[in-house]
Amino acid sequence: MSHEHVSNTKRIWFVFALLSAVTTVEVILGIIKPASLEFNHFVGLNLLNWIFYILTIFKAYYIVWAFMHMEGEKSSLRWSVVSPVIFLVLYLLFILLTEGHYIYGVFKDSTIKWNF
Amino acid sequence: MEATVTTANNEKTWGGGHEIQPLGASYGKMMMWFFIVSDALTFSGFLAAYGFSRFKFIETWPLADEVFTHFPFMHGVSAPMYYVALMTFILIFSSVTMVLAVDAGHQLKKTKVAIYMFLTIIGGFIFVGSQAWEWKNFIKGEYGAVETVGGSLLQFVDKDGKRVALEEFAVKLPNQPEQLSRAKAKWFMESAETLPTYSVADVQAGFKAHPELLIRTEHLTAEKKKTVLSRAESEARLNQAKYVVEGANLIRNEYGSKLFADFFFFITGFHGFHVFSGVIINIIIFFNVLLGTYEKRRSYEMVEKVGLYWHFVDLVWVFVFTVFYLV
Repeated sequence: MSHEHVSNTKRIWFVFALLSAVTTVEVILGIIKPASLEFNHFVGLNLLNWIFYILTIFKAYYIVWAFMHMEGEKSSLRWSVVSPVIFLVLYLLFILLTEGHYIYGVFKDSTIKWNF
Repeated sequence: MEATVTTANNEKTWGGGHEIQPLGASYGKMMMWFFIVSDALTFSGFLAAYGFSRFKFIETWPLADEVFTHFPFMHGVSAPMYYVALMTFILIFSSVTMVLAVDAGHQLKKTKVAIYMFLTIIGGFIFVGSQAWEWKNFIKGEYGAVETVGGSLLQFVDKDGKRVALEEFAVKLPNQPEQLSRAKAKWFMESAETLPTYSVADVQAGFKAHPELLIRTEHLTAEKKKTVLSRAESEARLNQAKYVVEGANLIRNEYGSKLFADFFFFITGFHGFHVFSGVIINIIIFFNVLLGTYEKRRSYEMVEKVGLYWHFVDLVWVFVFTVFYLV
């Protein structure tokens, strides 16, 4: 090992507590589903789902950075792993969700009934 | 080939020599990262496809809260979310024990590594078992439903909008189609599909006999609830029934959109397969730790590499959890 390793136990338990807390918040929100969040939209997505996605990314960040120890890697490795994933996932989501929405419109407005 | 050779005491030798390490990582670790990148893209593809189908049928997609309501030893109690939440905690915790094993490995503490690896394996098995239980409930179903000639799904509710199971009202009419089987000396006439407990006529007759029952369609209202029809509409709708659906398979399911069950099986199945193979790999590394393989190498980097895979499995679950159960 080139760099010396001090025990990280404290940080590990901290991240565990953090991830558990975030999951608990998600579950509580998922059960009570506050109407004020569920029926108010921001850029086509309701606030509750915004919160869920943001918390998911937040958890993903901590898993990759702390548990997978990405924070200790060289920035070249960090970028070569993270940037292709982010770019391709955003592209994939953009194209598939746009098309899915388009097909929804076709089914809804066309003269052919697909499901009755 | 030279680059992949691992010698007994220097695991991190690239073809270029000891000092040269591209991206500052050993060969094995870097390849694990790149495998994870490709696997992450595979899962993203699946989840994006799920999103595509959901956007396509956004007005009729099943509500997760009504599908995943079981909790062990709590029969008849609707407990949405609790069980998946438990599964999530199990997986996060097994990630913690894994990272503790990696941490102990850095300090070359063999016993500690072994104990934490063992706990990780146990956590993995509990998770896979939980998933199997979840699948069992999903496949078995709870209420049953009816599919119309046009392919939409009808569920049954009482006046208060509470779900009613088929067995609570369907009658057993005489002379209904019978399941053909080899045991009845009809090997040449075996039914292609398993017949449901009740036929369409059974359900229709039972519905007529219970005037308090109503039909619920797949359509979501503005309040994100399923549409409940009036009694007259319900009767008209039930006349179009073609199949009785109990539980879920890859062709149809009692929860709603056919694609919902297909994606559920495929994505959670693929994830469960990852967990299972992760457990197997962990077991192999666990025995290597016990045998002192890494002690002799003076490097526990293999534990770190399987750790990366294990955390990745946890990472995927975080997204599956959000997409299938929360959103």
